[in-house]
Amino acid sequence: MAYLTINNLHKRFADHVVVHDFNMNIEQGEFVTFLGPSGCGKTTVLRMIAGFETPTSGHIRVGGEDITHQSPQKRGIGMVFQSYALFPNMNVTQNIGFGLKMRKCDSAEIARKVAEVIKLVELSGKENHYPHELSGGQRQRVALARALVVEPRILLLDEPLSALDARIRKNLREQIRDIQRRLGLTTIFVTHDQEEALTMSDRIFVMNQGRVEQEGRAEMVYTEPATEFVARFMGNYNLLGAADSQRLLGLSINGHLAIRPESIHVLDAHSQQADTLAGTIRQHQLLGNIIRYQIESAGVTLQVDRLNRTASDLMPAGTEVRLQISRDDMREVR
Amino acid sequence: MAIAIGTIYFLLPLIATFEFSLKMNRDGYSFEAYKVVLSDPGFQATFGYSTLMAVLTIIVGILLVVPTAYWIQLKLPRLRPLVEFITLLPLVIPAIVIVFGYLKLYNSSAWLPLTGNDRATDFLLMCSYVTLALPYLYRSIDAGLRAIDVRTLTEAAESLGASWPSILLQVIFPNVKSAILSGAFLTFAVVIGEFTMASLLGRPAFGPYLQLIGANRAYEPSALAIIAFLVTWASMGLIQVFARNARPARKTA
Amino acid sequence: MPTSPDSVTHCPPEAGQARPRLAPSALNWLGVVPFFLFALLFLILPTATLMIGAFQDANGHFTLGNIAKLFDDSILSAYWISFEVSAASALGGGLIGLLLALAAIQGGLPGWIRPTLMTFSGVASNFAGIPLSFAFLSTLGRMGLVTVLLRNYADFDLYSTGFSILSFIGLTLTYLYFQIPLMVLIVTPAIDGLRAEWREACESLGGSSLAYWWHIALPILWPSILGSTLLLFANAFGAVATAYALTGSSLNIVPILLYAQIRGDVLHDQNLGYALALGMIVVTGLSNAGYIWLRSRAERGRE
Repeated sequence: MAYLTINNLHKRFADHVVVHDFNMNIEQGEFVTFLGPSGCGKTTVLRMIAGFETPTSGHIRVGGEDITHQSPQKRGIGMVFQSYALFPNMNVTQNIGFGLKMRKCDSAEIARKVAEVIKLVELSGKENHYPHELSGGQRQRVALARALVVEPRILLLDEPLSALDARIRKNLREQIRDIQRRLGLTTIFVTHDQEEALTMSDRIFVMNQGRVEQEGRAEMVYTEPATEFVARFMGNYNLLGAADSQRLLGLSINGHLAIRPESIHVLDAHSQQADTLAGTIRQHQLLGNIIRYQIESAGVTLQVDRLNRTASDLMPAGTEVRLQISRDDMREVR
Repeated sequence: MAIAIGTIYFLLPLIATFEFSLKMNRDGYSFEAYKVVLSDPGFQATFGYSTLMAVLTIIVGILLVVPTAYWIQLKLPRLRPLVEFITLLPLVIPAIVIVFGYLKLYNSSAWLPLTGNDRATDFLLMCSYVTLALPYLYRSIDAGLRAIDVRTLTEAAESLGASWPSILLQVIFPNVKSAILSGAFLTFAVVIGEFTMASLLGRPAFGPYLQLIGANRAYEPSALAIIAFLVTWASMGLIQVFARNARPARKTA
Repeated sequence: MPTSPDSVTHCPPEAGQARPRLAPSALNWLGVVPFFLFALLFLILPTATLMIGAFQDANGHFTLGNIAKLFDDSILSAYWISFEVSAASALGGGLIGLLLALAAIQGGLPGWIRPTLMTFSGVASNFAGIPLSFAFLSTLGRMGLVTVLLRNYADFDLYSTGFSILSFIGLTLTYLYFQIPLMVLIVTPAIDGLRAEWREACESLGGSSLAYWWHIALPILWPSILGSTLLLFANAFGAVATAYALTGSSLNIVPILLYAQIRGDVLHDQNLGYALALGMIVVTGLSNAGYIWLRSRAERGRE
């Protein structure tokens, strides 16, 4: 049986359903991410696991024990907040030691454990600083240390990186993942950033409007989106409606056809290969290692990515080309 | 529970005062006390005088504070702590001490005999009211200016070719109108019943009139208290109205 | 980021290196001249002249005699009663105001309570002075509604207990009427500054509600609470109108003593009056300085 199981979780605020029939199983030591746009219910699920919100119905179990209606104090679940939520009246040591103090540990033990975790999150030298004297990245590491030091059964991270700037974000992201692996900590991470989700997670739950759209291993969710929403949210998929895919590819489908921009091959206009489409380059964008072309074919504009090898590779607008799309790279989504 | 006790504590005196004010006629409740008060020429004269004083105070106060606060934010931000400190002084120095200082400094034999004749004393009283209003006016106007990023707005207006008068009147003023009005109504509430300054400068204002009635009559004071309460309530209510109207306006600004 | 050329120099003209830019700099200063002139004429000079007067005798010679006379029994007792009334109304107002604000903001009460309380506090904190004393006379005076109701229906004579609206207790009760709402108004921003996540972080770390208040909320609020109480103290210490209209000259508190002195009723010693005023400034100044210091402490670390 899984370590954390959630069954038929519902949450309603007034007449507004925020979480609809949420189910999941997480193994011990797994790093799971809830990914979705703001307002999709991911934070609400997290807060129900932490005990800050009461589910309208459903059950949450940890290690077989039903904690659905337990008070947050008794759950032994650590939480890191987007806004850090450090206590401004306490310095780094006091903030980190607070949870141990609440558990009535003796002061020698508190000092030892706090020193240990300060080393773990690389905050040595900042022990006596107050939160307002720290940078955003340092504050978030204090918050992480404060949650870790009490050895929680599960660690919850609520968009912990979104208030930080890009470079620190990447750094801290690796650090969090590294610590999580070393401690073998069961972790749930909430984010709206698909890159963050892809780089950090073992498993991703893509959520939309209170429902799970798709769950799966990180690489799977990216390459095999199950729905139109996931395809749009995860990458720059070309999404063709039924009429377009009939006209362009002669395929009759229900829903949409999703084609990733890097899976379309561009051949020169005289190519004799079978199963290719005629296209005209309309414009391009330079994205560094990639050039993204807008190519029109049979009245449909497709995004096509090519590696930016040399400057002479660039094809100007108006160039006639032929496009080759493998059947395997087309996915029918709901 | 705390709310319930608080409600009783704050409503009881008002109810008692109102009840008392209705008892002037021995044969039951009536608005006789209000009739007597409102038709008293003393009431009309002093209330009119204080209203005029309040309006003058507001105008002079705004003319003094708005350009100063604007200028400090735009050109002399280093002076801000000093100006803020000065505007808080009237909360530190009791009104009675300030007016005592006026009497010493501007007495009829002094270099600037502002207590020499009635017009000059009226001017001095108005200045004393502006002083009293400084903390309220400055704080509300400064907060209003801070909320709109005066410097960027001014620079934008300058680069679009606006002259100084039009920057102040068409760009800055409309955006802090509600802050100015809040400060103005608060000033009105403070000035209308002010006693200490008016009494010691010997001017016929509403405050000293209230005191006189209170010392010599039985029922009229209650009626006056209710009237004063309604005036205060109206001023505060208007502040709320303008504060509420200001919010959506600020979002679109 | 000053970008317009004449905003670069903030230095006062007397600073040497500002010489070359004297013209724009002097212009900048011209903008604040009216304000400083006004403050000088109607705030600073009048106060300063009193403070100097406190150290002069009738002929303008330096003396500490006026200050020494402040320690006469009758004057000292006036300061003491003033201190007691101000302290009692500040402590009472501070505590009750704090509880009211907490209940309205954090107590999970219906949403309309808070705006109502705020509006009402705005009104009540400005409903001071003479009308307020009338209201309390109508309530707790000898013919007041509560006094009469108690006598007629509960057979309880309030005044037989030694209570009087003209006394220490009466004055304190009256002052509370504007002190409590004032406390609500000035402490509310501090309570709003308590973030919901702090409580949640505390809970998820195993802290009880009591632990939250004791270790987190109160230490954070403490400077604001203490500072606001000091402000209430200064507010009551300088108040004249309410006390004068309520008690006439029967209660010997400093503002009334000074009022009577200025009206020429007692003392007949101008310079002693200046010393009285100086004493008031010292007391209210100290408590306001405490308020400002504590407020800046409270704001630190909450950016």
